[in-house]
Amino acid sequence: MATAKVLDKQVSMRDAFGEALVEIGKTRPELVVLDADVSSSTKTGLFGAAYPDRFFNVGVAEANMTDVAAGLATCGYRPVISTFALFLALKCTDQIRNVICYNNLPVVIVAGYGGLSDSFDGASHQALTDIAIMRALPNMRVVVAADGKEAEEALKEALEHDGPTYLRISRNPAPLLEIDEPFKTGKGRILREGKDCTIATAGVPVPMALEAAEKLAAEGISAEVLELHTIKPVDAELLKKSVGKTGAVVSAEEHNIYGGIGGAVAEALSKNTPAPMEYVGVADTFTESGPYDTLLSKYGISVEAITEAVKKAVKRKA
Amino acid sequence: MQTTTGRSTELARLAQQFRLEVLDVLHKKGTGHWGGASSVADLLTHLYFERMNIRPEDPKWEERDRLVLSKGHASAMLYTVLAHRGYFPVEEIQTFRDLNSRLQGHPCMNKTAGVEMSTGALGHGISVGLGMALASQLSGKNFWSYVITGEGCLDEGQSWEGIMAAAKFKPKKLALLVDYNKVQLDGASSEIMPLDPLDDKFRAFGWRVAPKIYDGHNHDEIAEAFTWLDSEEAGPSVMIFRTHKGKGVSFMEDNHKWHGAPVDDETYSKARPELEAGLAKLEAK
Repeated sequence: MATAKVLDKQVSMRDAFGEALVEIGKTRPELVVLDADVSSSTKTGLFGAAYPDRFFNVGVAEANMTDVAAGLATCGYRPVISTFALFLALKCTDQIRNVICYNNLPVVIVAGYGGLSDSFDGASHQALTDIAIMRALPNMRVVVAADGKEAEEALKEALEHDGPTYLRISRNPAPLLEIDEPFKTGKGRILREGKDCTIATAGVPVPMALEAAEKLAAEGISAEVLELHTIKPVDAELLKKSVGKTGAVVSAEEHNIYGGIGGAVAEALSKNTPAPMEYVGVADTFTESGPYDTLLSKYGISVEAITEAVKKAVKRKA
Repeated sequence: MQTTTGRSTELARLAQQFRLEVLDVLHKKGTGHWGGASSVADLLTHLYFERMNIRPEDPKWEERDRLVLSKGHASAMLYTVLAHRGYFPVEEIQTFRDLNSRLQGHPCMNKTAGVEMSTGALGHGISVGLGMALASQLSGKNFWSYVITGEGCLDEGQSWEGIMAAAKFKPKKLALLVDYNKVQLDGASSEIMPLDPLDDKFRAFGWRVAPKIYDGHNHDEIAEAFTWLDSEEAGPSVMIFRTHKGKGVSFMEDNHKWHGAPVDDETYSKARPELEAGLAKLEAK
């Protein structure tokens, strides 16, 4: 088990990602970065300024960006492509499926502005189906980072992996997490031990889950917080072990309740470790513009929503 | 490189032989795309037997020229050319589209030696070829990236994204060959989705455009196109080749029905003698 502390210091994942690219670029001449006219938002522009020869801004043409990266990958380069999560998952599905995944090409797809984090831009820019889509593509790894440090760690591991990775990051500053167990793609982390219910979560809701567990403890409910930063391949063994012990599970994610972490958890558990389960996420609806915090809360992603879901799941055990 | 008339006849003979073999296998299997395969036969033969810097015995040689067959439905012709060029045994063509075969319905790069990119869904080739051409330039390996599209690929919006981007980044060794047979699955391109004036479209997009539309079934003209290609280093270049879907079989030529219709016994019995006669004529030259 790991221990996790939510720090006061806030860092935005996109800044951490952009800085990491520049750092990695120093020692990896085969690293190339492509963006689709949002490099000042995704922060790939930092790489572009440092290594203009290895940076390609293709304009607002995401499908082309994806396949150009694939072509580079077949010739030994390690491309990172980045734009908003919504566009990557929807405008480039064909390219990601038929070219990158089918050929198992080592392209790292860094999806900025994940979930509701492009909050003021509204539903047209909010990515709540990307994990469901990416999870259904053979060869794809799907990782959702919870803080700036994870964004950097996941990027580094993805660049060592001989195949594609979809790495979802977020727009806004978020608290750094101090977790004593090292990040490893494909390995979940128990951030807090408990015996009554498992909260399986990743990304922005991770600190919420930790806070919910703290509140629940005061009410006599012991919740275990399991961070599933890698949604594919999901750490089914750790999930089964945790839920085998607690007997109930809540998924908490910044995504539609269909096909995301909730889906991955249910698939992993239903065969051998069925347990009462509740889903925290966006309830299959289109969202709207607004400040990020209140938007998350309105659409069902909050400490309160997680707390209530845990209580429901625990009640259903009896 | 200037080819001789004798060499051109030899290449035409090879392409016709490949058409015959493709017709045989499509008839035997009852599946596959005759129209686009026969149309592109001369271009593929010329590229693999005359033009490209490749090592079939070392298919992953880093400095090899790349070819992306963006119109992946012409897979049977690509496989036939690759096999005869030595990438895999010619007998293996008989497994085309079989369960467990390496020769998928549409080309798959991780299954078949010599296939540089899996294609099938149209419109990917130009972007992928651009990526390869950028890699060629960045690495200094200086290989060519050739892309072949038909009309279908050029209907796809992504192709024009790639064409715009190529004009921006200007890799020196990217060449697009358009297999312009003017017939697509549902009918004549003029009815389904007109592309003319195609050469002007490329000019407007900032490409270097060949001064004429070449006859894509005449190897002297295909050689002339490559002579033009080599005449200056000026970034992405396009050569449009007028071709005929179903080439070599009179009643199949320019007929959209033969885009992907199975070659049944009756059709086969009429078509094969025409291809044989064409081959005999070339052999007599």
